[in-house]
Amino acid sequence: MGCPGAGSAITYNRMVVDRGADEIVDRLFHALADPTRRDIVRRCADGELSVSRLAQAYPMSFAAVQKHVAVLERAGLVRKERRGREQLVRSDPYAIQRARQALDQLETAWLGRVDRMSGLLAEPEPDTKGHRP
Amino acid sequence: MSVTSVDKDLDTLTLTLVAHFDAPAERVWDLWADPRKLERWWGPPTYPATVEKHELVPGGGVTYFMTGPEGDRHFGWWRITAVNPPRSLEFRDGFGDEDGNPSTELPVSTVRMQLVDEDGRTRMELRSVFDSREQLEQVLAMGMQEGLTLAVGQMDALLA
Repeated sequence: MGCPGAGSAITYNRMVVDRGADEIVDRLFHALADPTRRDIVRRCADGELSVSRLAQAYPMSFAAVQKHVAVLERAGLVRKERRGREQLVRSDPYAIQRARQALDQLETAWLGRVDRMSGLLAEPEPDTKGHRP
Repeated sequence: MSVTSVDKDLDTLTLTLVAHFDAPAERVWDLWADPRKLERWWGPPTYPATVEKHELVPGGGVTYFMTGPEGDRHFGWWRITAVNPPRSLEFRDGFGDEDGNPSTELPVSTVRMQLVDEDGRTRMELRSVFDSREQLEQVLAMGMQEGLTLAVGQMDALLA
């Protein structure tokens, strides 16, 4: 590979999927473009707040706060953890983001592979068929 | 579309994918077991794979390289841990160098593939588990940073 480090990570991304990074970055930027959402990420660093406790901190409805949390969740910036009857919100931006990104890449890679497998199986079978070991 | 379901588990770093093919299990197995067929689907069209070694036996391995748009080669390997033709295959999947030495920078995953007959079709279940979160984070931190730098660069260009 050309250069170790960042270069190989990028090459890996391209080899595996060849796209998708833009989408992830878009989602991340969109999620962080709102001051309330940035505040939620800050407040939930220790993961001790439930959505309802969090909602009390803002002059808006529970549903509106819940929506903000959902946007952050989709961008991989917070995750919900169940503790007893409560759902606690924890921001762990980098860990979640990276795990999600890796799985998204893997998913895209496999969707492409399955698609190509289907294409190969749709090709006519050759007449000479032998069993391979 | 052949893919029937995809599930991603962030806690266990696992991807589970189910696909259905209109072909008997033997033909689907052949896509894995025949190196010439394998190289027609493993890599994306922009990074086609060339399989060099292909031994689908426990303890055996597969080595291949993917050729990039500029002729750049990237080496990958499988270590076979279990094989049961034409039903299941389990292997460790990673990148490395020309001699098959595993890369310390790129993530390794364990892949388990199963084929089941279902109503005249074949159901393929694939489960891929990344080895460690630490390794993954190291790799993706670099990728993510690069992605953000690119995005910020694009924003700067738009604002200029």
